[in-house]
Amino acid sequence: MSHSAQDTVPAIQTIDVRRVYQARGGRSIGGAQAGKGVTALDGVSLTVQRGEIFGLLGRNGAGKTTLIKILTTLLAPSGGQAYIDGMDVTRDVIKVRQIIAMVSGGEQSGYGILTVREQLWMFAQFYGVPSKVAHARIDELLSAVGLGDQANQKVYALSTGMRQRMNLCRALVSDPEILFLDEPTVGLDVEASRAVREYVRKWMGENPRRTVLLTTHYMFEADELCDHVAVINHGQIVAEGTTDDLKRGLQEHARFQLEMAEWLPAFTEMLRERDGVVDAQTEQRNDRTQLRLALLREEFIVPTIASINEAGGRVLALRRIEPTLEEAFVRLVGDEAESQREGEEAQR
Amino acid sequence: MTALTPSTAAPARPAQRGRNMRAGLRLGIMTMVGRAYPRLVAANREPDWIFYEVALPLLQICAFALVYKALHAPQQYIGLVILGGGMMAFWINVLWSMAAQLHWERQSGNLELYLMAPASMLWILAGMAIGGMLATAVRATAVLILGSLIFGVTYNVVSYPLVILAFLFSLVALYGLGSMLASLYLLYNREVWAIQEVIQEPVALLTGSYVPVAALGPYVGAFAALIPLTLGLDAVRQLVFPHLLPTLLPAGLEIAILAVLVVVFCGGAAWSLNFIERRAKIQGKLSLKWQ
Ligand SMILES: Nc1ncnc2c1ncn2[C@@H]1O[C@H](COP(=O)(O)OP(=O)(O)OP(=O)(O)O)[C@@H](O)[C@H]1O
Ligand SMILES: [Mg+2]
Repeated sequence: MSHSAQDTVPAIQTIDVRRVYQARGGRSIGGAQAGKGVTALDGVSLTVQRGEIFGLLGRNGAGKTTLIKILTTLLAPSGGQAYIDGMDVTRDVIKVRQIIAMVSGGEQSGYGILTVREQLWMFAQFYGVPSKVAHARIDELLSAVGLGDQANQKVYALSTGMRQRMNLCRALVSDPEILFLDEPTVGLDVEASRAVREYVRKWMGENPRRTVLLTTHYMFEADELCDHVAVINHGQIVAEGTTDDLKRGLQEHARFQLEMAEWLPAFTEMLRERDGVVDAQTEQRNDRTQLRLALLREEFIVPTIASINEAGGRVLALRRIEPTLEEAFVRLVGDEAESQREGEEAQR
Repeated sequence: MTALTPSTAAPARPAQRGRNMRAGLRLGIMTMVGRAYPRLVAANREPDWIFYEVALPLLQICAFALVYKALHAPQQYIGLVILGGGMMAFWINVLWSMAAQLHWERQSGNLELYLMAPASMLWILAGMAIGGMLATAVRATAVLILGSLIFGVTYNVVSYPLVILAFLFSLVALYGLGSMLASLYLLYNREVWAIQEVIQEPVALLTGSYVPVAALGPYVGAFAALIPLTLGLDAVRQLVFPHLLPTLLPAGLEIAILAVLVVVFCGGAAWSLNFIERRAKIQGKLSLKWQ
């Protein structure tokens, strides 16, 4: 096998993937429109390279799960192509299935009467993992996610968080190359979700061919885990890049926050007239003044501070204001209230 | 877009193909064993099965047996009822743990995981069937032995190989039918309960589990023969209580028909599973959402 050629094949690639769900029963309930169905994916083209943790962000109903179902061979696309490691998900089904795994948030898979160990062993069987290898892997995985003591506990007795960590082990017990995580930390407490994230990162670090496609509604999670993210809205990709790209793309001006001493109101006017300063706002905080600056470019901060010093002001602290991924996200897809209104309309 | 290397391009050499086939078979068997496991474990982990699956059938058998006793029927008639009761255990298992099973597996999310696994879903169904058969065999044997001891029934076996053949064929055909129904139930998930209720009791009568089939007349008998339990039971009865009753057909012919039913139902299961999988992938019906 020539490795150099292999490595150029993306782990995941979709080309103009579309998916339309037909209205149930095929009868039109609310007039002509109901018969047309729901367009869940409307021409999605994405590329995920080997070794990446790729985040797919989008509001409820944006089409994230639909895309994952198509990539995991569980759903037929209505149009376009999708490839896993260069293999067509609609034609090379068996080969694709050998190298993928999926975990969905809140999933209730398996059988409650089995112990955690038995349950994981059962899923290892489905992937042809010899029992000896499987048990060694199960021990390692369980202790890595903090379930070492639960190995012989019945599955029905697990809490939601324990169950979800077990689900992650379930997906990893077959040693997949490409892992799909659909809201893996939904409903987990701070510690449990941190355990999941940490383990995903550790797992990725162990082998450069491993790849993760993750959906989440927690922006800090995407920010913390993902190398690249794409924002999907109404079945279309509206932004793509590194998390930093997304945040920067949002920011037209360089923003700074300064803590000032010995401030005079006249300084504000002076600053506003300077070259490169887009805006200057102040706010009184006890004996200090907080100054917020918007500059045309980052470099303008140095001469601006120099001019304040010259005028007799004193800078106590300086901080660049970074936009959060959440701000970038809201800017791209609109705010929650709007999404809820739309969701309610769609329900009708 | 860059051209992607098609992975299926290289034709496999015969040696390679042989190896692939062996690997596929190994994976299939492992899948089957994996899926059978929870059934075998469940059978012994929940002790209340003793009540539901041995005591209740025994009570039912007693009721029929007492009626026969009151009518001064020969002791062997009670033997018939006991045999029927044992076989009914398999039918109930097929209905609730095969036919309805994929419907339940979809609700728990297992269905998606089973499909996503690299082996064919048929191996999963085979695992369900074998696990169910073995677990039920324990119960059926318990019913048979206890029932025979309580009522002092003796058997007069004509040919052990034929009895075993008739029993195995009807069992495999029965579970094949269950696998076929399992896929079809996925299509009609709302109606499942209604169908189950409607099928279970009439089948007990039709297949002659408690009443000899031949007593039902040729037309009803012919219809009932479609359910493998009928012929299997009738064949086994002929072979363990010879000349006791008018029979549906000669035992040899019944066994031959059962063999045909095995092929039909197992083939039907493979076909309908494939059909359902493709259809469900197009319609988006492999998972249920409760929101
Ligand atoms: N099986 C289905 N049948 C019909 N419509 C569906 C089905 N699954 C999803 N949809 C519709 O397709 C659209 C996209 O759904 P999808 O589940 O992919 O969204 P999502 O991005 O995963 O949302 P969430 O964040 O809520 O999980 C929605 O409008 C949804 O109602
Ligand atoms: Mg979703």
